[in-house]
Amino acid sequence: MADQAGSQNAARTPRTAVVIGGNRIPFARSGGAYAYSSNKDMLIAALDGLVARFGLQGERIGEVAAGAVLKHSRDFNLTREAVLGSALSPETPAYDLQQACATGLETVVGLSNKIRLGQIESGIAGGVDSASDAPIVVSEGLRRVLLDLSRARTPQQKIKALGRLRPKDLSPNAPTTGEPRTGLSMGEHQALTTAAWNISREAQDELAYRSHQNLAAAYERGFFADLMTPYRGLTRDANLRADTSPEKLATLKPVFGTSLDTPATMTAGNSTPLTDGAALVLLGSEEYATANNLPMLATIVDAEAAAVDFVHGDEGLLMGGVHAVPRLLQRNGLTFDDFDFFEIHEAFAGTVLSALAAWEDEDYCKRVLGLDGALGSIDPSKLNVNGSSLAAGHPFAATGGRIVATLAKTLSEKGGRGLISICAAGGQGVVAILEARN
Amino acid sequence: MADTYLELVNTPLPGRIARALGLPRPAVLRRYTPGEVLAPRPVLVAGAGAGADALADVLLGWDIEVRRHVLPGEKLSAAIVVLDRASSPTDLTGPLLELGQAVKLLVPGGRVVALFRSAADTTDPAEAAARQGVDGAIRSVAHELRGGATGNGIVLRGTATTTDPTTLGALRFLLSGKSAYVDGQFLEVTAVSADGVVDLAATTGAEGEGIPDQPLAGRTAVVTGAARGIGAKIAEVLARDGARVIAVDVPAAGEQLAAVANRVGGTALQLDITAPDAAARILEHVRGRYGALDVVVHNAGITRDKLLANMDAARWDSVIAVNIASQLRMNEQFLASPVFSESGRIISLASTSGIAGNRGQTNYAASKAGVIGMVRAQAAAFDGGARTINAVAPGFIETDMTAKIPPLTRQVARRLSSLQQGGLPVDVAEAIAFLASDAAAGINGQVVRVCGQNLVGA
Repeated sequence: MADQAGSQNAARTPRTAVVIGGNRIPFARSGGAYAYSSNKDMLIAALDGLVARFGLQGERIGEVAAGAVLKHSRDFNLTREAVLGSALSPETPAYDLQQACATGLETVVGLSNKIRLGQIESGIAGGVDSASDAPIVVSEGLRRVLLDLSRARTPQQKIKALGRLRPKDLSPNAPTTGEPRTGLSMGEHQALTTAAWNISREAQDELAYRSHQNLAAAYERGFFADLMTPYRGLTRDANLRADTSPEKLATLKPVFGTSLDTPATMTAGNSTPLTDGAALVLLGSEEYATANNLPMLATIVDAEAAAVDFVHGDEGLLMGGVHAVPRLLQRNGLTFDDFDFFEIHEAFAGTVLSALAAWEDEDYCKRVLGLDGALGSIDPSKLNVNGSSLAAGHPFAATGGRIVATLAKTLSEKGGRGLISICAAGGQGVVAILEARN
Repeated sequence: MADTYLELVNTPLPGRIARALGLPRPAVLRRYTPGEVLAPRPVLVAGAGAGADALADVLLGWDIEVRRHVLPGEKLSAAIVVLDRASSPTDLTGPLLELGQAVKLLVPGGRVVALFRSAADTTDPAEAAARQGVDGAIRSVAHELRGGATGNGIVLRGTATTTDPTTLGALRFLLSGKSAYVDGQFLEVTAVSADGVVDLAATTGAEGEGIPDQPLAGRTAVVTGAARGIGAKIAEVLARDGARVIAVDVPAAGEQLAAVANRVGGTALQLDITAPDAAARILEHVRGRYGALDVVVHNAGITRDKLLANMDAARWDSVIAVNIASQLRMNEQFLASPVFSESGRIISLASTSGIAGNRGQTNYAASKAGVIGMVRAQAAAFDGGARTINAVAPGFIETDMTAKIPPLTRQVARRLSSLQQGGLPVDVAEAIAFLASDAAAGINGQVVRVCGQNLVGA
């Protein structure tokens, strides 16, 4: 492969960054097929599948960026270690990034910007997460005792350090999806938002049903044949229920918002389960793709990040994307009518439906988003047309890579323009625009 | 699965016991390694006439020590008997008796190769008897050879001569370790027109050194069923010979397929070959990435064994769909596409089951015999052009599939060939790589068995 075509005369003016393709491993339910796979194992598997698909063996890629939300301290250099374990050239640089569930999309934004600036010609972006192989941390008390013990020089000092140990210090801290500043889980946060926007149980179940239907149909027509490489015997997303129905979903018991005054509507069926998996996309300049006879599925046009004050204000935790989208549209002179596909990450069905309701709400759009009126409506037939996280599952940092590759391929098949919105912990959201090449 | 009996009889004491009891003593076969010396010992070229003389000259140019008669006690790497002028059965006497003396002097892994004309190309009964007689004699010699030696023939069709590029290509293949498990076979070669199809330098070797290291350099090859077993080995050997390999298998086998593609520096293409758009997707991938498609290896195949009396439509149909219907459909689309090279090669996997039949495999045998029928008909259509199509029919090959045969049946199956052992996936892959090379330009419509001269279906 021609190595880093044209990097000597790196242009000062922004160039075009394209999505060349993607690869992910099927997403497994936590404790399932990948129960004993580490983040590094899964990231290497996704990398090797991508390398095999595009014949990148031994190639020095401009940069690889990926991350994990649930990360062991030993994996401080996770992405670089995965590169070293992969079929790529060991001279490929890599860095880790972490922005909660927006990690994957933010790696795409960062590397595509480097490509646009001429700093690199090719990049691999994405992420991985394992809810099964999550780090378990010793208690704060035990940690301090152990650190003091390592510094102790005399037997007396050692005994003194150990003497501070209490039985309660021996129970480990398991990871949670709780927000550090509120103590509420993500589901409980969303339950507040779902209730505030009056999103019905039926609407949430309907959205979940459509996600499963769309994902199953995508598998049926072979849509994922060049987006996925099986791993550990799993050939499809384990969470996919092609035979589910609104009736079946209606039988599930609510699990979030059960202590609110309003009816609890959020169930295991219309919330994403804890999931393991990895997803990556191959990015490049147009020159790189052309020089190496690689396809160009879509152009990465622009991106925007936003954060909301869910701690002191009354905005919902997962409403970051709602704030980012109008800013991105305004900068690009676009409205919802200019888009053919919308990929709104289904953290919960309520997240998507709250966002849609907010953008249709004139008062909210004026008062909170500072717009002249309602941002607009999104045609459900343009939304998550090949399924999303409710069906596929949501290994936090892997979701961005899954969505970018899925949308890019959809655009290469159908043409048009697509909008991605991914909400993240900490009240954040990252959104991006992709355009078909033709 | 390792053949532990073979390993055992190749150690001193068990070897002596096996000899004393008259048990089979399979040899460790001489297989190709890069840089192989074709014939470290002298080679006999028996037979008289211009064809034999010209061939002896070529071998001298390959830095081979050539003998025209057996020297008492001198070991030989190979014995080549040239009978291209035999016009009556009595013409065989001298050369074949000379061959008989040479056989005793063959080194382990030695080679017997006969060059003769096709009985189908004469109307003279005595000449046809002589030519067909060579066939019978060489098959019998192959049965008699020991120590991993093999006996094969090169059948000159039409105006082909003993020194045509394809004749020499076939001879090199048969002398080399690449043909370790090819035994009792006859390769028919035709003269290739001089319009640039065959690269002489590549065929004869620039300095008479062995076979060129990368005879497939610059070629793009598609291998179906490449995730495992024989298909994975075919991908490896084609890549070793310089080809850019597109490894194809069903999406469910994608993890192993990616590993193969990464090992051979190729690309993985996950698709179901029975899908109507399979060929179109392969052509699109090739067109975008490489430009032209030079070699197609139809390796993907399945078995769904059942006695015919118990056969159901699902078993029958799935085997036909994967093993033959998909190949017919894809070939039609390849041949209609400008992406498929004008000197393109198609190599299909047949099976000895398709030649001899096999209990419980009516569906499989129908599909594999079907491959042979397809290859012969398509080859006739290719006549006069630079494209070729051939089949390779593996016998008992040591794979995951044959490892599932019950142990005793497996042991018996292994010994039921002249080489008294199963072949390895690499043996099948070498035959395919040879047929894909320029050296095989004059081989078309053949079914090459890689079976160690299996006793069934011979």
